[in-house]
Amino acid sequence: MTEHIRDAIVEVERIAKHFGSGETRVDALREVSLKVHAGEVVAMLGPSGSGKTTLLNVVGCIVEPSSGRMRLDGETVYDGRWLRSDLRRLRLDKIGFIFQFHNLLPFLDATDNVALVLELAGVGRTAARRRALELLDYLEVANRRGAMPAKLSGGEAQRVAIARALANSPRIILADEPTAALDSARAAIVMDLLRKLATERDACIVAVTHDEKIFDRFDHLFHLRDGALDPGAPS
Amino acid sequence: MNLAWRDVRHNLLRFVLTCFGLSLLMGVVLSMMGIYNGLVADALTIVRAPAVDLWVVEDGTRGPFAESSRIPGDTRAAVSRLHGVGSAGSVTYQTVEAATGLGKLRLYVVGYELGRPGAPEDLVAGRPIARAHFEMVADVRTGLEPGDRIRLGRDDFTVVGLVANHVNSGGDPAVYITLGDAQTLQFELAPPAMRVQRQRGAAASDTDTINAVVARVKPDIDPSSVAEAVRRWKHFAAMTQIEQETILTRSVVDRARRQIGLFMGILLAVSAVVIALIIYTMTMEKLKQIATLKLIGAPDRTIVGLIVQQALALGGIGWAIGLVLLMAVKDHFPRRVVLEPENALALAGIILVVCLLSSALGVRAALEVDPATALGG
Ligand SMILES: Nc1ncnc2c1ncn2[C@@H]1O[C@H](COP(=O)(O)OP(=O)(O)OP(=O)(O)O)[C@@H](O)[C@H]1O
Ligand SMILES: [Mg+2]
Repeated sequence: MTEHIRDAIVEVERIAKHFGSGETRVDALREVSLKVHAGEVVAMLGPSGSGKTTLLNVVGCIVEPSSGRMRLDGETVYDGRWLRSDLRRLRLDKIGFIFQFHNLLPFLDATDNVALVLELAGVGRTAARRRALELLDYLEVANRRGAMPAKLSGGEAQRVAIARALANSPRIILADEPTAALDSARAAIVMDLLRKLATERDACIVAVTHDEKIFDRFDHLFHLRDGALDPGAPS
Repeated sequence: MNLAWRDVRHNLLRFVLTCFGLSLLMGVVLSMMGIYNGLVADALTIVRAPAVDLWVVEDGTRGPFAESSRIPGDTRAAVSRLHGVGSAGSVTYQTVEAATGLGKLRLYVVGYELGRPGAPEDLVAGRPIARAHFEMVADVRTGLEPGDRIRLGRDDFTVVGLVANHVNSGGDPAVYITLGDAQTLQFELAPPAMRVQRQRGAAASDTDTINAVVARVKPDIDPSSVAEAVRRWKHFAAMTQIEQETILTRSVVDRARRQIGLFMGILLAVSAVVIALIIYTMTMEKLKQIATLKLIGAPDRTIVGLIVQQALALGGIGWAIGLVLLMAVKDHFPRRVVLEPENALALAGIILVVCLLSSALGVRAALEVDPATALGG
């Protein structure tokens, strides 16, 4: 029997990040290394200020690390410096973001919030809307397709935001406290959904969470403490 | 999809109100331009009305509009005899207050000789004065109609014709009457006062005084050579039509013109600041959304487009509504508003530049915003 070895989609090697310098220097990440494979759903845990958001932002190519190496979907994107100049295009194609607060654009209805990322990636208007509707349907919010974000409930808005994160079929989905704004029943639904996404789309999901109720739904828990992975913590 | 339009549509009422406010401002700027032009046009209408080439006035003055000028009535005969002069006429100008059914009316009374230069050439209704006494051609701004009667001094006049836009530099509408009537009105004392004067032994004053002589020169004659000839008589000053027009625009309405010009400049500056503020605030309010756009991978072109398109729409719509508003109300202004297409275009150009500059400010802020600010709370 050959063991199926899945690809590592996120590979972080000895990534460090500090803010400021001298007296005010903060070491938000100290040589963190981790791998996340396709189909995996992992969580980052840790006390406030331990560097969870910073690590997520580094993986999302929003914050530039101070040193280290990072490969995303087989491509080395950081090695002491960014190796790509068009990080936004990289994000558009490969990374989907799910925010704690849904961050839908208030002036677009549910369908167009999703269709926008497709159009930005070059998909035509009609095709983009059709695909957006499919995604809303997949996330079971198609009945709210024409609603403006202000009119959506927290759970509906979060699912529309997830549909948006999925629109360009990214290999990496980053979620900062995706369930913090939801009740536990909704949180469970969202977690099931993320799991389904990871397996069906061969993507990996990296979430930051404080929500103990959902810890058991992750394949891995990475514990951060003072900017470093805590190897002693249970996984 | 067009994000600028979608955002506007989402906040349509607010956008419309902003446009409307801006259009009021634009309307005021445009009306200032119009009043400025109107002032010049008004000053020139009355001086162009008799369609002459030459003005002869009291020596040492630049009358009869810039300064008062008094010359004897026989000057006209002397000017007529001059080489090169085709025809000449005596004219008087004075401001009077007349009582009408509607209240007091300030009138700029122009007297001229029947059948000689000095008559208004551009009637818009009725007929020119035909009788030697008590007929009048009035500017439409007096509110008088042909057939109306109005009392000036001790005589009643009948309006027989109308002209438009004949006003003095103060904006008082003009009325034209015959020279004889005008001299009576201007120089003749009321009978009781006359009796007092006679009892004091003063000689009856000569009422044959006029303010200027206007003349047309024969074809192929240079008006300035005739003016030169008049000046050599020493007792009179003379100027060509062009010189007279220059005096009017340069000195008579100059201060008012500069005042309005300055005010217009201030208004433009205020409008520019207001537009800039509106556009900048509009962008600042959207910073979080812009961060989100960056985070999901929108290129700078999308973000710049969002800001610049909204700025241009705001400026363009404000300008257009302002223009329409002014066109709708301009005839109700107490003074004439003359809006040339160049003025509207110039304002459009200025607004375009202001919109682009202020969206540049917003764009800079938008491009600097860190996409990370979209994450988390
Ligand atoms: N832009 C920044 N400038 C300076 N310091 C920063 C910046 N961002 C984060 N930090 C610091 O880096 C450390 C890690 O912050 P981070 O936001 O990653 O923590 P976290 O684990 O997400 O905390 P929380 O659970 O409260 O969200 C903190 O000490 C924080 O103050
Ligand atoms: Mg955080």
